[in-house]
Amino acid sequence: MTTIIRPKKIISFADFREFWQYRELLLFFAWRDLKVRYKQTAIGVSWALFQPFFTMVVFSVFFGSLAKMPSDGIPYPIFVFVGLLIWQFFANSLSDAASSLITNQSIVTKVYFPRLILPAATILVKFVDFFIAAIILVGLMVYYQYTPNFLGLLILPLLLLISFFAALGGGLILASVNVKYRDVRYALPFFIQILMFLTPVIYPPSIAGRYSWILAINPMTGIIKAARSALLGGAPINWQLLGISGVACLILLWVGFVYFKKTERYFADII
Amino acid sequence: MSIIEVQHIGKKYNISHRLGRYLTLRDVLTNVFKNPFLFLKQKTKTALGLSKREEFWALRDVSFKVENGEVIGIIGRNGAGKSTLLKILSQITPPTTGEIRINGRVGSLLEVGTGFHPELTGRENIFLNGAILGMKRSDILKKFAAIVEFSEVEKFLDTPVKYYSSGMYVRLAFSVAAHMEPDILIIDEVLAVGDAEFQKKCLGKMDEVAKKEGRTVLFVSHNMTAVQNLCQTALLLESGSIIKAGPVAEVVSFYLHRGGQNAIRDYQLDKNKGAQIYRISILDKSGQPAAALPVGEDFQIKVEYEFSKAEKNLLLSLIFYSGDELLLYTSESDKKGATNDYEVGRYETLVKIPAFTFNIGYFHFDAVLHTAKAGLDHKEKVNFEITNIQNPRSQFRANYELGKMASLLDYHTKKI
Repeated sequence: MTTIIRPKKIISFADFREFWQYRELLLFFAWRDLKVRYKQTAIGVSWALFQPFFTMVVFSVFFGSLAKMPSDGIPYPIFVFVGLLIWQFFANSLSDAASSLITNQSIVTKVYFPRLILPAATILVKFVDFFIAAIILVGLMVYYQYTPNFLGLLILPLLLLISFFAALGGGLILASVNVKYRDVRYALPFFIQILMFLTPVIYPPSIAGRYSWILAINPMTGIIKAARSALLGGAPINWQLLGISGVACLILLWVGFVYFKKTERYFADII
Repeated sequence: MSIIEVQHIGKKYNISHRLGRYLTLRDVLTNVFKNPFLFLKQKTKTALGLSKREEFWALRDVSFKVENGEVIGIIGRNGAGKSTLLKILSQITPPTTGEIRINGRVGSLLEVGTGFHPELTGRENIFLNGAILGMKRSDILKKFAAIVEFSEVEKFLDTPVKYYSSGMYVRLAFSVAAHMEPDILIIDEVLAVGDAEFQKKCLGKMDEVAKKEGRTVLFVSHNMTAVQNLCQTALLLESGSIIKAGPVAEVVSFYLHRGGQNAIRDYQLDKNKGAQIYRISILDKSGQPAAALPVGEDFQIKVEYEFSKAEKNLLLSLIFYSGDELLLYTSESDKKGATNDYEVGRYETLVKIPAFTFNIGYFHFDAVLHTAKAGLDHKEKVNFEITNIQNPRSQFRANYELGKMASLLDYHTKKI
């Protein structure tokens, strides 16, 4: 095995091969994050259940019952929970990936491994959270007697994959920027909060009437809309909208990947 | 074919990086909006390469080769570029110029316990740390028993490492690293931690790695005895360049006498002054100028001074500081404040400093000619280094635990 160390490096196929070689480390980092998180909180794994559940309850009380938010004829709790499930996966992935390099600063400056491992591992953890939170959805569907159509269940992994691309792409850009500019992380929670209100999580896109196409610019709109159609029925899946979302997320992922690769080698110098 | 080939490696840092100041997006944006033209001007200048940013070359045109199975020591003062070199070899940071070819798997140990998580147990940390160091899960499983045995923390394997003593922590961390078995092992001053017993064990393990298993080792240390015992060849770095390479004994002795030219300081004589110091020399036990002195040997400081008019009741004092500017000792008191009278002419004073006065590290002193009330001449910051050779105390504790002084005290113990 010959390694050549040069001042400049180009993105090549070797990067992907190297990432594959380090796949065990990816799993170890994800495993560490999970383990540590559940050791540090008193209620352990149930935290992953509580958090989305209570958010759903609060939103249902305030937006559903009190503000009478329309929900396309679907009971509001289950309507908002489908949105929240996907949104929280995306938002938590994005924010944790963005800070992944800084929280592992001491490792980045002392050991070599493909840096891409760190943001990727944090998102792996969010998959686990997603599946735990999905248990609540099953409960809600039983309670409200919704049976998802079979095709709908098949499409869920695809939706999750597209959200993953979006979160990883955005996360890679933000992680690189975060290394250079240390104040970005303070602005990030605010930014994500705003983003949630620009995404039809707590309201249906139909609320915007004939301006609802503006919401479609946001790739998460297509994903959440498709998830609702698939799981809860109602309007059929808008494949065109979903296709646009998918392409947009892939572009975001590519941009994030290239930017990250370009800046990655200097992380240890400036972090 | 050489296992490592380093060709014309250079590493440039911008000074702002070294200051450790963080950039904030807020500052950058405010600057852009406040002064868009200035910002554009600077950007163009940088793009055209006209900007005079403060640069610092941590390494400059470093080339060397390492053969398979060679154990090579890298020595030099603090800030000579040793750590930067190791970071480039470990691919943590890229070089600014040059190229390196490495034929083999590199395991680098720049710090003991990288990635240890306090919340995780010893067992969990072995796996995590092993993976971070580049070991496969199956390798870790295979060596698990050996790692645990070497670390001597068997009983606490399922305790979170936050409850470990620092000794246990270091032992466990080193054990993992010691079992990673790469083709090339890069080690940076990691033995400065841990108790003496364990340090010995580590050195033994490294000796085994190097000699029995025939691996290539790059070893950075301030412990010259360890370097001499472990390595066959050595590189001496100074201000980012290799100034000497070759057999270890030669390079180490060159390094210790390297201070030679700094060991004698000449000062310009000022005609208007009545009394002044014109030369300060640091001499090793055989009277040769040397600015790096073994801790276990006497050395001398010679101060030469001149009077253009007669002076009465004068004192010559030496004031010693540690490298971190801690005042250690003002030595006029050993003369019980005795003053001298001087006639016109030149004098020299030889001050003998016994072995084991100062501990290993960097020191400096001021030489002052003064009366009880006022100073006549003051020469500042004459540097010297005390090196770790023939130091019986370093077998028991790490240097940072030993403090600034090295006096060997008599312990009289009897049964009462």
